[in-house]
Amino acid sequence: MSSFKDLFDTYHWEDVKASIYSKTETDVLKALHASKRDLEDFKALISPAAAPFLEEMAQLSQQLSQKRFGRTIQLYVPLYLSNECNNICTYCGFSFDNKVRRKTLTEKEILQEVESIKKMGYDHVLLVTGEANQTVHVDYFKKAMELVNPHFANVSIEVQPLEQEEYEALIPRGLHAVLVYQETYHRQDYKMHHPKGKKSNFDYRLETPDRLGKAGIHKMGLGVLIGLEDWRTDSFFTALHLSYLEKTYWQSKYSISFPRLRPFSGGLEPKVAMNDRELVQLICAYRIFNEEVELSISTRESELFRNNIIKLGITSMSAGSKTNPGGYAVEPEALEQFEISDERSPEAIALLIKSQGYEPVWKDWDSILNSKVNY
Amino acid sequence: MEQVINKLKIGEVEFSSRLFTGTGKFSATELMEQSILASGSELITVALKRVDIKNQDHDNLLGRLKHPHIQLLPNTSGVRNAKEAIFAAQLAREALETNLIKLEIHPDPKYLMPDPIETLIATEALAKLGFTVLPYIHADPVLCKRLEDAGTAAVMPLGSPIGSNKGLKTIDFLEIIIEQSKVPVVVDAGIGAPSDAAKAMEIGADAVLVNTAIAVSPNPVAMGLAFKLAVEAGHMAFKAKLAPQHSNAIPSSPLTSFLDV
Repeated sequence: MSSFKDLFDTYHWEDVKASIYSKTETDVLKALHASKRDLEDFKALISPAAAPFLEEMAQLSQQLSQKRFGRTIQLYVPLYLSNECNNICTYCGFSFDNKVRRKTLTEKEILQEVESIKKMGYDHVLLVTGEANQTVHVDYFKKAMELVNPHFANVSIEVQPLEQEEYEALIPRGLHAVLVYQETYHRQDYKMHHPKGKKSNFDYRLETPDRLGKAGIHKMGLGVLIGLEDWRTDSFFTALHLSYLEKTYWQSKYSISFPRLRPFSGGLEPKVAMNDRELVQLICAYRIFNEEVELSISTRESELFRNNIIKLGITSMSAGSKTNPGGYAVEPEALEQFEISDERSPEAIALLIKSQGYEPVWKDWDSILNSKVNY
Repeated sequence: MEQVINKLKIGEVEFSSRLFTGTGKFSATELMEQSILASGSELITVALKRVDIKNQDHDNLLGRLKHPHIQLLPNTSGVRNAKEAIFAAQLAREALETNLIKLEIHPDPKYLMPDPIETLIATEALAKLGFTVLPYIHADPVLCKRLEDAGTAAVMPLGSPIGSNKGLKTIDFLEIIIEQSKVPVVVDAGIGAPSDAAKAMEIGADAVLVNTAIAVSPNPVAMGLAFKLAVEAGHMAFKAKLAPQHSNAIPSSPLTSFLDV
């Protein structure tokens, strides 16, 4: 198989959905008590039939997470470089048709932002942009990496999908991980939510992790935007994607995020709502299905939820995030991509983690490991 | 009790304790320190990626390891090939001022399986550069002999997959390695209980390295001590020689008794 698309095309959304919703208590028990779990077990764990087993799932998820990751939570912070975007995405504050002032940080501004977030204690940073290929292109990213990398142990990006060669140019400059969420694996709905711009190409986005794997990236992050479509079916496809990638690009690490649609001015209401109980079910299902995958939770979620999720299988968290370019130092008032729910400072979150009996980890990588020897 | 105080020598370094431990997965660095002290361990492995070697004085983890009886064993966790490992080892030597290096090359981030080919290449190069190399490897007897030829200071075969706590799944191969080895054999990875550590020592391992089983225990301090005692007991039993095992009772009328008539 040359890419995930070949495998993906053998599945039909409605069949998968029907299969998940037909899982029974017996299937759930089998999944809970198996020594190794497969995709059918994952379906059972995310199915409505698993809802009564939530406490048992949480206990198992905690146990498996502690065995692999210990009692630790890694901390990272997003650094928004630009809100320029040529895409129309019905759910996003940066959407092209959202009439707001656009900003792309200059080199000087990037360094001002870096200084602010270093003071917050961070050593892992996630660079975020919209998709504006005229101004925020691979040369911009190269420059940004060169400016940011000397100040951080670990640099990730969440930007438009790039070509394999472009990733290959960024990796030796210190790029550790790339997050690229499919948003939804429902082809028709994807088209509806992304009517204009390069992002409207479903297949190009779907094959991005393949390009990353071929480029030899250390880590990639997958996920869907929960609220666009049936979250159970979308999560199955995420797990299918993860399993394919783990087998194909076995030298890369993987992380999963579960962003729930957050409000922004004039934005979309979720088509499918997911409550807290269901999000816990999903997080635990991922952990039980895959003991090694990293699970990340952002400040989109509420204080109460984040306070309690630490012990359930999450391995990394952001804190004190600003989702507007320049938000930390340059111009803190500019438009945000989405509303933050948990506004507590990194210190407060670190204390929270400690109070739960976990160690906040600020550094778990070193720029010396970024294949600089080959650069 | 001469057997008990029998010291272990790896390269030029001597150890009174045959229990090596790690620094990962603890719920707090204070607890890590107490646990390490309780374990009596004198060699503590620390991932280069977890510490801030540029600002060591401010590094919370390194600060907890400053005890006169403790030596650091930097490890190369995170590297994917020999080239990266050699680079990382040189930085570790410079920053932490030790020749000791735990060579970990696991290009597979899921099960952290060590790459035997890259490990052999890196061991040879690092030994030539004067490092005391302790490579983490599969329980592969031939690889161990090849590593000896390449100048390794010890071998660190796994008992079972790292972090799995499954014990000595590779025991048959460990026994061959121990029988054949001219360098110390340190059983690393998979030791889930003090009884596993004792077993490794009873079959003649020179030391064990334990991290997850101590760090993830609800009481890492008590577990550190439990491992200390188990390693001492296992080593003492090995030195004292175990009584032979019999799968059947010895018959009271032996087959050859007629010869005595």
